[in-house]
Amino acid sequence: MDTLSFMAAALSPVNLMLAIVGVAAGILIGALPGLSATMAVAVLVPVTFGMPPEAALIMLGAIYTGAIYGGSYAAILVNTPGTPSAIATTFDGFPMAKRGDGDLAVTLSTLSSMIGGLVGAVALLTLAPLLAQIALKFGPVEYFWLAIFGLTLISALSEGSTLKGFIGAGLGLLLSTVGVSVIGADIRYAFGSQFLLGGVETISALIGLYCIPVLIDLVATPSAHLEPPEEGRGIRFREGLSLMWRGKFNALRSAIIGTAVAILPGAGGSIASLVSYSEARRTSPRSDQFGKGEPDGVIATETANNATVGGGFIPTFVLGIPGTPPDAVILGALLVQGFRTGPEMFTTNVGVTYTFIGGLFIATLLMLPIGLLIGRYAFKSIVSIPKALLVPSIAFMTIIGTYAIRNNPFDVVVMVVLGVVGWVLSRYGVKPSPIVLGLILGPIAEQGFVQGYLMGNASGSVAGAFFGRPLSLAIIALVLLSVLFPLWRAWRTRSHKETANGH
Amino acid sequence: MRQTRFTTWKLGALMGGLLSAAAIAGPAMAADAGSFPDHNIQYIIPFGPGGESDISARLQQKYFQDITGQQLIIQYMAGGGGAVGWSQLNEMDGDGYTIMGTNLPHIILKPMGKDPGFKTEDLKNFFYFHYSPDALIVKKDSPYKTLDDLIAAAKKAPGSVTVSGSGTQSANDIANRRFESMADVKTTYIPFKGTGAAVTALLGGQVQAEWGYTTTAANHKDKVRMLAVAADERHPLFPDVPTFKELGYDMTGGAYRGMAVPKSTPDDVTKKLSEIFGKINQNPEFRQKMEDLGFVLIDVPYDQMDDFMAKRRAEYEKVAREMGIIK
Repeated sequence: MDTLSFMAAALSPVNLMLAIVGVAAGILIGALPGLSATMAVAVLVPVTFGMPPEAALIMLGAIYTGAIYGGSYAAILVNTPGTPSAIATTFDGFPMAKRGDGDLAVTLSTLSSMIGGLVGAVALLTLAPLLAQIALKFGPVEYFWLAIFGLTLISALSEGSTLKGFIGAGLGLLLSTVGVSVIGADIRYAFGSQFLLGGVETISALIGLYCIPVLIDLVATPSAHLEPPEEGRGIRFREGLSLMWRGKFNALRSAIIGTAVAILPGAGGSIASLVSYSEARRTSPRSDQFGKGEPDGVIATETANNATVGGGFIPTFVLGIPGTPPDAVILGALLVQGFRTGPEMFTTNVGVTYTFIGGLFIATLLMLPIGLLIGRYAFKSIVSIPKALLVPSIAFMTIIGTYAIRNNPFDVVVMVVLGVVGWVLSRYGVKPSPIVLGLILGPIAEQGFVQGYLMGNASGSVAGAFFGRPLSLAIIALVLLSVLFPLWRAWRTRSHKETANGH
Repeated sequence: MRQTRFTTWKLGALMGGLLSAAAIAGPAMAADAGSFPDHNIQYIIPFGPGGESDISARLQQKYFQDITGQQLIIQYMAGGGGAVGWSQLNEMDGDGYTIMGTNLPHIILKPMGKDPGFKTEDLKNFFYFHYSPDALIVKKDSPYKTLDDLIAAAKKAPGSVTVSGSGTQSANDIANRRFESMADVKTTYIPFKGTGAAVTALLGGQVQAEWGYTTTAANHKDKVRMLAVAADERHPLFPDVPTFKELGYDMTGGAYRGMAVPKSTPDDVTKKLSEIFGKINQNPEFRQKMEDLGFVLIDVPYDQMDDFMAKRRAEYEKVAREMGIIK
């Protein structure tokens, strides 16, 4: 049998139904703040044990895809990323919803997610073994430089003062050191609390920093949460399509960035969407509109984060190393089913693999009709629901969602405290995104640095370890570009103005 | 109307996603060893999903149901390398319907250093069911064909051989220290976050060797080679790989896994649980699946637990002193 016939096996009625159920369930779970894609997959793993392996994989893949996409609903409609990979979706998605274009933003996110998902799946189908080899070239030093590169994006991402962006990032970095350190096993900033040993959970911090300020503002201001849409308007599908057409290069570039970042285990969807967002902003002719409800911003992040689904499966299948946290769960499910990853996935088990990839394609395509349907409903509900009901519902979800991540009540306390602190800070211009970026990138940078240092000592040259490899040098070049470009642009506009004034 | 429907929709999704929350809120029934268990048992893994603790627990699930007719519901309470879960275990309901995975050397080593919120002797372990033997792993194309090759290289230039492993003061770190003192060599141990990251560093050629387990080698069979295994006998999956003992180093051990109940659980219920999990360990299908993944099964029931723990503790204490965990 050839590839196509294996993929066609994914089209059997049972598999198709599992894909539909999986996508719909994934969207709903992903849309609720705190219920992440990892959790969606973990909850459903036991259900799949009784199924044949192909069906199980199709369902898990569908849930995963759906959940990553579903994360954009909460990001757009309530300014809270449903999953960490939707952080950057809040930047433009929420301002769009706020001015009454929430339906358009949801439609755009659906189209973008589908395109991103397809690009990721094509990469998985055609380039998996090659890309996995590239992923292995990234050692601790490269991860360190990559994290530094991520931190430099703060200057591109922060609205207003770059300095305040760095203050936020510093706070995030500090928070990331709380708990037992991976290297050295030192206990830092735990203040004797057994709960703080586990560190600050990223998703709890996300929920707190983004959602609590929204709740406070909802209560504190008399105006409606979102501008109601004009009556009798549809899902604005055509408008969405034409915007997608305008942003086609943006979408393609973001999908490629998403796939590329996802093959690096541990980097993940949040970094992918932030990188593609800042790239979109840098290259756009409307870059001053970013952060104020620019459709291209939503397109960039949503194509990128869905491209990570297919991209993340590349190291999972080829190397047996999970690319993203949900992949780790799916890998575990595969092992329990008696499958071994690695080249066998593309030789002896090729039937299962290709049926799965076929299932991933189908799930991604199904996301369009199912997503538009659920999205429209979600948008109308959020718009028409009175504040008195909306606020307690969101508050309830944030608490349940935070608790559910690790079954730890203390995470809820951390979430609320960070939320209030975040609200105060954002009134002084320190926005949540740099804080979260620091929290996510801190451990990657720290571990990469110490590991690189140890390796450098062993080989006799620390400088050689950090600056001696072509790949690290390439990333260092990116860092410099990212730092110097905004400075250069600011200098150019200033000198332009001066010349204009001179005349 | 739209609003009520919206709320139901949310609640529905929430309930679906949160079977776990419902299980916690379930009524605490009086324990009775005769009919035990008469409802589902929740099995807390103090790590994230997808790791070896999770996978081995998932394998037990099916056979638990075959034997008791009840389900094992697996939940995760990750944080602090297990400490977050273990420090809360004794406050949970001691009716036998809550059990938690425990791991060696973690539960012995952690309290030796700073206070992680629990004490080793406060954990009521009732059954230890397997271990992943430590193994020194190199890439297939590595110049180190045998353990002696690696030792010779490390002797020639002390500290130049880099070895990755998961975490500091972990099973891997300890294995490396024990090996260093037995073979009288010095290596550079580089801790990574989890076995996955440690093996990635090996496969990518960032380090020359990795302290992993037979399970790691089973998972990456085509790309890696084990130099030696820290088990009493050669593993059935790898009949060609010698044990450390054969090569003259008295090293057996690895990451042991078992289960504990809250301290307040009555003894008869605890014994019953120990019996049930002992039966799972006897199931030939279960044994086969575990061995295929590279695990080695052991049987340490409740009444032999104290001896077993005392032996392990003596082993770890010696290394912990050398490592400076105990001062």
